Formats: sequence, structure tokens, C-alpha cells
Amino acid sequence: MAETLDLSMFVERRQPGASHMTLAVEGVACAGCIRKIENGLTKLPGVIDARLNFTQRRLAVDWRDAEIDAARIVAAIERIGYRAHPFAPERVEADDSAQAKRLLKCLAVAGFAAMNVMLLSISVWAGNVSDMTAETRDLFHWLSALIALPAAAYAGQPFFRSALRALRARQLNMDVPISLGVALALGLSVYETATHAVHAYFDSAIMLLFFLLCGRYLDLAMRRKTRQFAGNLASIKAEFAHRLDGSGELVRLPAAALRAGDRVLVRPGERVPADGAVISGTSAIDESLVTGETLHRAVSAGATIYAGSINISGALTLRVTAAGAGTLVDEVERLLERAIAAKSQTVRLADRAARLYAPVVHATAALTAIGWLVAGASPHDAIVIAIAVLIITCPCALALAIPAVQVVAAGALFRGGVILNGGDAIERLAEADTVVFDKTGTLTLPDPRLDEAADIEPGVRERAARLALSSRHPLATALARTACERSPYPGAVEEPGQGVRALVDGEEARLGSAAFCGVGDARLEATRAGDASFITFAHAGKIATFAVRQTLRLDAAAVVAALKERGLALMVLSGDRPDAVAPVAQALGIETWQAGLTPAEKIAVIARLKSQGRHVLMVGDGINDAPALAAARVSLSPITAAHVTQAHADAVFLGEHLAPVLRAVVVARQARALMRQNLALAAIYNALAVPLAIAGLVTPLIAAVAMSASSLLVTLNALRARLRPGVVA
Amino acid sequence: MNVLIYLVPLALLLGLTGLAAFLWSLKSGQYDDLDGAAVRILPDDDLPSS
Repeated sequence: MAETLDLSMFVERRQPGASHMTLAVEGVACAGCIRKIENGLTKLPGVIDARLNFTQRRLAVDWRDAEIDAARIVAAIERIGYRAHPFAPERVEADDSAQAKRLLKCLAVAGFAAMNVMLLSISVWAGNVSDMTAETRDLFHWLSALIALPAAAYAGQPFFRSALRALRARQLNMDVPISLGVALALGLSVYETATHAVHAYFDSAIMLLFFLLCGRYLDLAMRRKTRQFAGNLASIKAEFAHRLDGSGELVRLPAAALRAGDRVLVRPGERVPADGAVISGTSAIDESLVTGETLHRAVSAGATIYAGSINISGALTLRVTAAGAGTLVDEVERLLERAIAAKSQTVRLADRAARLYAPVVHATAALTAIGWLVAGASPHDAIVIAIAVLIITCPCALALAIPAVQVVAAGALFRGGVILNGGDAIERLAEADTVVFDKTGTLTLPDPRLDEAADIEPGVRERAARLALSSRHPLATALARTACERSPYPGAVEEPGQGVRALVDGEEARLGSAAFCGVGDARLEATRAGDASFITFAHAGKIATFAVRQTLRLDAAAVVAALKERGLALMVLSGDRPDAVAPVAQALGIETWQAGLTPAEKIAVIARLKSQGRHVLMVGDGINDAPALAAARVSLSPITAAHVTQAHADAVFLGEHLAPVLRAVVVARQARALMRQNLALAAIYNALAVPLAIAGLVTPLIAAVAMSASSLLVTLNALRARLRPGVVA
Repeated sequence: MNVLIYLVPLALLLGLTGLAAFLWSLKSGQYDDLDGAAVRILPDDDLPSS
């Protein structure tokens, strides 16, 4: 059957007749790769430009529609030796990069102004103790004002806007005291300059903005990096579907481009791309990603199947349906909505600090002014001193204390294979005291593995594994993974739903169902146990049966033990049968487990834990886990999880190991400790500086030194999160 | 101190030139692919092959 590739959903028409597409490219490692891909593509007729972004591992291609199309470009890259996956840029990413550019501009302006104002300020400080005339000092102050005022008006916008937003919502965030401090420092300085005073605070205000912008930019840069990485992963993982067009032609297109009513062909071994009703064909499907159930379900015409299931034995044709009322997916969506609505907005540590901080500081400033007035100072002096208190307490260190740690911790997690969706997940991860695991695909590997049986000759196993390379059946895939020789037997034929056969050493070898290999089922019944599936191999009179079953992640036991050691309560909540869950829980030493749960029951368990005052970390991958992930305080899901599920997880982890779960908890706890230390450092700084300010002893020089020193101190302290924590491998 | 009359504007001008250069480089996309710039310098296919 002819098969065409339809990539139109990724193609962007920039000019009439010319198109543009972005692709995530796998396997680019060096300068040679860039040249090979770019030269190879620009040589093609019709390609206008190809540019590989090495940092993002993304390729931008422009071409003329008349001469070449997207599918031929993807094929050309494959011929050059790389795999390219069309990429649909997400809105968030575009927003992020626009915001990063804006912040960088603000940073540049603040940096320029800070340097030049400092140049003038140091001259004034030196002049004040030597022979500078009052006129020159005033000139320098006016020049500082000329630089600092427009620069602060421009570079301070990110803070002013956020502060206004918070005030409109009748809330306080860190940006409120920052904005107030900057505005007051500048206003006071202009007034002092106009009255020919000795001190002005232009440098403090602008330096504060510069430091804070550095922190904001680094924070955003880290988020962008993880988002880009996640975006590439999503496009590499993106599922393709085979749509049957009216003429019977088969079109391969991204699953996201399917519409309700399309007819889709799902071959054995493929994942079901969309929810739908089976029109024709019979097969068994593996719904472990949907419900957690590891036993296969038999389906035939009229059955409803869900995206994410794997088709095991026969080809199915289905009609794509929108999620209808009463289906599982509909139920999950309804539960999700409720779970998200019920999730109380947790107050972040930084905002909690700000809420505590702002009233105290403002009250202190007011009391200082009143105190000086009572002590007999002039109103002018009293107000100047009160404003000096506000400037010195301007929360530079406090505002950097938490973001700096978040950036460093997110980087450490990223290197450890954990991709965070948001910075505040770190705080919630650190609070977790109960870990709830899903079983299928979370504690166990997402795809079944060959059960290493001792009684099969290595030679027979190798031949069976090599034959399995020619099959797309999931059981054969598990067997094929163990093959040493990676080339399939020539002339191997796959009989859909039955098995695969080939001539090996002059005799026919067969791999597949027992019947296909000419063996009675009776022989198998004796060995059938638990949740294993079997695949039979027959060659030259020898018959071997391989068991394939869900196996635990390699380090699951070690990670569970390490989590327990750290005082976390553990629990397994699974949608699978009790007799499949019990052995897993027992092998891992998890005493509390529940099986056969529906999504609603999972939420109920989590709600009960919540009402007992526990902070639940939920780790799950199935569609049935999505509401539970949203309901839990914090959630993790493996990269193999269903789309809905990943979207509701606070972080996603990569690889076949469970260690990232432990790493996430360890790094988060360490990060929270550092955040608290940083807040304490900021508090100590204030405890030292505020009495000086209240006493009226703070000069601009002292303000500048104190602010820079405290900012550096908290940043350096945050860098300690980079130190490798002791985590099991 | 009369020297300040042209030294101060000169200093500011220099600073502004640096700022303008940075903003230009940002706008022309020079920070879009930092790792790429480091490796793109390596292939020497612009040399005549002898």
C-alpha cells in the first residue's frame, strides 16, 4: 500500500511559494555534523536556507514549495545520517525567548548606567574627603541623575509591572518593596542634589536593579533551557498515525493532526494514536499506560480504545472519536478539573518572606522618622534618615536568596535527568513526606522485558532473538533487545498476529504463538504463571518458550530503601489486579499498597492522606494517574508517561532508572536548606545594617558596600547546591 | 577642573557606544546559538583544498 507523509501541520508559510519548518535533530555532536547537514540540505534543489542551531539542536529550513516538500527534506536528513523530527514551537517557548531578550536589554541598560554612575560616585566619595568643590560635586550628582533616572525607568520595568500587578490584586510580593526602595532612593537623591547635599544614592538604586536583573535573567535562562530540552524530547517522542483516506491511500501524519471522524489504521506493535471506536479487525491491546492493567484486553469491531494503548496482535481500523460522555478519558478529564480547582494555591517561600518583611520594614522606617522627630531633629533630617532605612533594607539579598538557589538546584536536577516544569516545585518537593507510586510503568519498566530463564541454551536464545528483530510484536521486541547480532535474518517473513519465520542454517525457524510453532497449548499451561506472556521458538526440532513480563526498574529496590531511610512513608496505588501488585510491593518492601483502583479512588486516597496533614509526592505515568498527580502536593512522572499525565506533573524524569525520584527529593531538600540559610543571611545583614541606618550613620558608600556584599554572599551560598549530593547510582 | 567639560561627555559616549554595540549584537541574533559559534569555527572548508 502506498504511504505518503503529511507534515503540513509543522510547515509555516512565510512568503507565497516559500515555506519554513523547524526540526529537532538527534545525534548532532560536533562541528562536522553541522556542516554535513547544512551543506547536504542547501545542495538540494529548492532549499533556500538551512541553519542548524547547535545549542538547541534544532534545524531551521526554508524552501520553495514548487521544487521540494517537507517529507523529502526529512528523508534527505535521514539519508545524511541523522534523525530529524518536525517540531511545533510552543507558545510558552516563544514567550520565554521574547522575555529573555527584554530582560537582557534591561540588564544591559542597568549595567551601563551602574558603571557610569559608579564612576561618578567614586569621584564624589574621593572628593568629599579631599578638595572637591561643592559645584563639582553638584555637577557629578546631576550627571548621575541624568544617567540613573532614564536607566531606572527603563530597566526597572519588570519590577514595577510585577509590583503593580500584585498591588492591584491586593497582595504583596518581593517586587513591591524593591520598587518602593528604588523609587524612594531616586526621589530622595534628586531632592538632595537640588538642595546641594553631600550625599546622593543614585548608585545604590541602579546597582540594586542590576543585581536583581542578573538574578531574574539567570532564572529565566535556566527555565528556557529545560523547556527547550523538553520541547525537543516531545517532538522526538511525537507519535505518528496512519490515516486511511477515502481512496484507500495511507497517509502518515502526526497524531496531533488527527480529527474526529478520521479513519486510522493501527498495525500490531503500534501505539493507538487517538481515542476511537474499532471499525474492523480483532486484536488484543495492552492498556497498561491507560489503566495500569497489565493483562491484555481482546477487542473487536465496536469496541472503544484509548490513545496510549499498544496494539498487540492484529491490525485494527478505528474511527477517531472526540472523548464522549461516560468514557474513561472523559471521567479522567472531569476528575482533573475538580482536582486542579481544589488544589489550594500554596504560598511560596519568597512571597511568605515578602509578606513578613514589607510591613516590618515600613513600620521600622516610620518609627525611625517619629523617633528622630521626638528626639528633636528637623523634619527634613528625620525623613532623610527614614528613607535611608528603606534604602539599606531594600531587599537585594532577600530577593536573590531564593531565585539563586532555584536556578542552581534546577540545573543540578537537569543534569540528573529531572526536568522541572516550574521553579516552585523544588519547595514542594522538599516538603514531601509521603511518596505514592503507581506500579505499571513507574516502579516497573514501561515496556515488558524478557524473563531470563536459565534452561534455554545460549545458542537457541541468540537465534530466537535475532529472528525477533524482524517482528514488530511487543513480545518479540523484548526478546530482540537481547540479541548480540543486530542484523535480522535475510528473508524473514512476519505473519500478522501469528509470528515470524525465516530460513536459518537451511531449516525453517519459527517464532510466535505456540500454535504457529506447531506446539500444543497444553505444554504451555503448565508453565503459565502470574502476569507473564509467552513466546515460542521452534527450530531444527528444538522448542524453547520465553517468558516476557513487566520487570521492576533496575534500581527500584535501592531507591525505595533510600527513600525509606530518609524518613518518607511509601505507598503503592495501582489500577492493576491485586495479584500483580502484591509481588511488586513485597519485592520492594512497601507495606502499604492498594490495587484495582479507579482514578477517583486514587484521588480519594490522596485526599485522605492530605487530611491527615501529609504532603504527598505522587509518581505515576498512566492516564488514570493524571488526576491523582494534579491532586497531590507535588508530582513526578517518567518521560514515557502519557501526554495528559506529563502535562500535570511538576517534573518529568528521564531514563530507565528510578534514581531521579530520589535525586529530586534529595536535591530539593538540600535546596530548601540553602534557601533558609540565605533568608537567614539576609536577615543577619539587615540586623547589622538597620541599626546603622536608624542611627543616621549610613552614607552612600556604606549602602553600596553592604548591598553588594550581601548579594554576593547569598549567591555564593546558593552555588553550594551544585555540590553533588550522595545519591545511589 | 575644566578638563571635565569634555572628559565626562567622552566617558559617557564611550559607555553608550558599548551599550549600543551590545543591543545591536542582541538584535542581530548573536546570542541565539552560543555553542554553535564555538564549533562552527573549526571546519576549515573556506581554505583552498590542496
